[in-house]
Formats: sequence, C-alpha cells, structure tokens
Amino acid sequence: MTVNILVQSSYILAAVLFILAIKWMNAPTSARRGVLAGELGMLLAVVGTLIRHEVVDYQWIFIAFFLGSAIGVPLAYLMPMTAVPQRTALSHAFGALAAALIGTAEYYQHTPHGFTMVALVIEVLLGFLTFTGSLMAFGKLQEILPQRPIVYRGQHVVNLSLLGLAVLIGLYLILHPEQTWLFPVFSGLALLFGVLLIIPIGGADMPTVIALLNSYAGLAASFMGFALDNYLLVIAGALDGSSGLILSIVMCKAMNRSFTNVLFGAFGQLQVKAGAAAERTYRSASPEEAASILDAARSVVIVPGYGMAVAQAQHKIRELYEMLTRRGVDVKFAIHPVAGRMPGHMNVLLAEADIPYDRLVEMDDINSEFAQTDVALIVGANDVTNPAARTDKTSPIYGMPILDVDRARTVMVIKRSMSPGFAGIDNPLYYMDKTLMLFGDAKVFVSAMVKEVQALAA
Amino acid sequence: MTFDELSVYVFLLASFLGLELIKKVSPLLHTPLMSLTNAISAISVVGAILVTGQANAPRLSRILGFIAVTAATINVVSGYLITDRMLKMFRKKEPRK
Repeated sequence: MTVNILVQSSYILAAVLFILAIKWMNAPTSARRGVLAGELGMLLAVVGTLIRHEVVDYQWIFIAFFLGSAIGVPLAYLMPMTAVPQRTALSHAFGALAAALIGTAEYYQHTPHGFTMVALVIEVLLGFLTFTGSLMAFGKLQEILPQRPIVYRGQHVVNLSLLGLAVLIGLYLILHPEQTWLFPVFSGLALLFGVLLIIPIGGADMPTVIALLNSYAGLAASFMGFALDNYLLVIAGALDGSSGLILSIVMCKAMNRSFTNVLFGAFGQLQVKAGAAAERTYRSASPEEAASILDAARSVVIVPGYGMAVAQAQHKIRELYEMLTRRGVDVKFAIHPVAGRMPGHMNVLLAEADIPYDRLVEMDDINSEFAQTDVALIVGANDVTNPAARTDKTSPIYGMPILDVDRARTVMVIKRSMSPGFAGIDNPLYYMDKTLMLFGDAKVFVSAMVKEVQALAA
Repeated sequence: MTFDELSVYVFLLASFLGLELIKKVSPLLHTPLMSLTNAISAISVVGAILVTGQANAPRLSRILGFIAVTAATINVVSGYLITDRMLKMFRKKEPRK
C-alpha cells in the first residue's frame, strides 16, 4: 500500500515537472531550468516504476540502462551541431520503436480486448510507421539517401491503399484479437507505409516532416498510456504530440502550404520552365569588393540558410559579425522559420558560433527593416529570399512568406554557382541590378571577406 | 477491460495545455524544444520497464522489452544532455571583451 502511494505520488510529481519543463522553455533565460525539471521528472518516473510490485527482475533493465546510456551520452556530446536534425530524426525513430515493441509484447502476452486493444493497435501502427519514417528522414538528412523526392506513377494510390489495408487489418484485429497471425502482417504494413510515406518528400520539406514525426512519436507514447492504464504516459505523450503538431503547423504556414501538400506534393522535383531559358545577366563581385561595400555600410542583415550549415560557415560569419560590429556597422541576422532542416536550426548554429541571440531576428520583425538596410548578405539561403513568391503567380512557391531582402539597398548572395537551388526554382533576385553574386564556398568566401575587412581596418 | 473515459479526458486536457504552452515558446528555441519534448516522450521507458521486469516474463516480452528500455534510455540520456548543451550556447551578452 505504502509503495503504491509512493509510486502514484512520484508519477503525479513527474507530470507536474514535465508541464513546468515545457512552460520554462518559453524563454532562453528560463529554458535550462526547464531541462532540469524534465530530468527530475524523468528520474522520479523511472524510480517510481522500479519500486513497483510488478517489477521483480532487474537484471535486464539495468543492462539496458547501461547500454542506452553508453550510446546516448556520445550521441549527445559528439554530434556536431550541424547534425542536430539527423539526431532528432534518429531519436524519433528510437522513441517510436520503443512504443511499438511494447505494444507488440503486450499483445502477444495478454491478447487484450476492447478499449485496450484499440489503444494498442493505434500505438503499434503509429510506432512502427514513425520508426521507419524517421529512419528514412535520417537517411535523407545524413545524405545516405537522395534528398530529392523519389516518385513513381501511382504512388499516392499505392500509399493510400497500403494505409487503408493496414487500418482495415487493425480494425479486424480489434474485433478479433485472437487472430494472432494477422499481427505481423499489420506490423509489416505499418513499417512499409512509414518508408513509402517519407521517400517522396524532398529535403527542403524536412522541417515539417520532422515536426510531424515528433508528433506521431508522442502520440504513440500516449496510446501506450491508454493501453497500460498509465496517466503519466498519456500526459507526457500528449505534451510531445501537441508540440510536434504546433511546430508542423508553424512550418506549413511559413511555406504557405497545407499538410497534404507537404506529405503528398513531392516538392523539390526539378521544375523545368519553358521561356525562362533566356540568358539573363547578373553581376558578380570579388571578396575584396564585397568587403569594402560591407565596411562602408551602416546596417547589414545576414540571411543564413541550409547552405551555411553545409559549408560550416557559421564560425567565419561570427568573425565577420564581430569585425563589422567593431567597425560601427549594425549587423543583424534574419531567420526564416523554415531555413535549414528543422525548426529553429539556424538559431542553434548561430548560437553555437557565439552570436548573441538578441541579434537573431524573426521574419515578421525584420521584414519592415529591409527598406532601411544598406546590405542584405545571403549565405546559403535561396527560396526563402525569392521575390517571385510575392509577385509571380505561376511560381510553385507563390504566396510563401519570404524575407524581403530585395528591398535592401544592396543585395549580396554567396552561392556556389548560378544553378537553381534545392527546390529547383529560379530566383529573379539574382538578376536584379542591385544584386551582386559572390561565387564560392560560403566558408572560404566569408573568411576571404574577413581578411579584407581586417585589411581595411588596419 | 472497460472503456476508461477518464484517460481520454486526461489526454484531451494535456493536449490543450500542451498547445497553449508550446505556442508561447519563442521560435528561437524550437530546436531545443523539440529535443526536450522528445526526451520527455521517452517516458515510454516506464512501460518498457514494466514489461521487461515482470515476474516470469515470456521470452518474447523480455526481448522486446529489453530493446525498448535500451531505445528509450538512449532518448532520455541523449535528449536531455543535448538540449542542455544547446541551451548553454544561447547567450545574450556580447561574447568576450
């Protein structure tokens, strides 16, 4: 009895701590307290579970704790910050796998009926499809798999019939749980659907996909709570599920697209547009010229994108930022919500490079400032700066909110070549009179500019 | 097993609370937020412990439970550690000098 009270109170406290953890994440000043609350909550939940009467055999649990920590600690400390999206995808896969396997174990051991079976079927479906889906997302982000969408004729029909079949079998299993032979079929379909759902999605849509997988992984944990009659699981899973949902809505809005369009649109196939083939002229500049323009400016807004992460240019950009700031230039960073490969990706990279976070400005706040900005310097971003989104109704990104860099007095774009960006959409920004193309690797080019500004300062 | 309506209420309330709380999180912290909620949802370790540690667990339950405890522990440990590692980097003041 006393043990039971202890267990229940530790679960209730854990739930409170998880809620506080998320509440404290609202500002950078309290966020680390949030992590601490989350850790305490988890500790309470684990200890509370270990002392339960039902748990008698500790050997395998502790081996698993040890093994999990041995993998988890290096994963947290050795992962470079540029690989955070991959790590996140991988951890969604682990979380979902855990949920699916527990559902499977419960099914074979107890063959539950009724409400428990409903919860269990949903838990296993979400768990397995999120597991393989997240592994595919990981493969794309790690560039083991091609980042371009993999599409074939009749893809939607295949995917939807697969899902439909899985749901039908799930329903049948709910009504007839004793048909154990169907369970592997059901699990297999869920695993396969996860793969097929993600392969047609392009790399640029990964922020939405990761957020959505985050939501599914949370919901799987919640349904495990339903199946095991454990409110703590229900609450923690619901918090994670709603977080993923909000983030994916934010991402969709930032691209002016719907969920269905992200999931089934296969965005990022090369758009071949007739008529756009005519040679247009653009101007380019050397690091020396670019540096002197930056040095003469009073205000500079730097627009980072995924290309900055790929080139690992964030530390060189910090040097440039410090140098220019010391020369009396006002330098800010404009962050588009979908820049990079996951929500908030750019903020983490720039924070890692030691750039104070009050210099990182969100799209809605910075857009009114571009008209008074001397230089907009774009580093590895493309579609989020494309003015065609505002003006060209035929453009695939028409209507997407963009950073209005074209309103700055001078625009400089660091880019490897004139080839179209990831989504394969031509960017008229590059052909504007006030635009200077800075060709080269972002890291190399920025460090060349740093040297030039240094020379000007001397 | 009867239909447990209380758990559905709990789920709904927690979801709405989550939606309200997450809306207030600054986009600046969306990446650490995701790794934190991911670590929190590794609460499935509770279910995994119950399955793995039960008396006379069938072999299948023990194997699946063991994998699940390992996977969830990876998320707990790496999730909290990397979130804190990220948050440590967010500073307001000018660095150095």
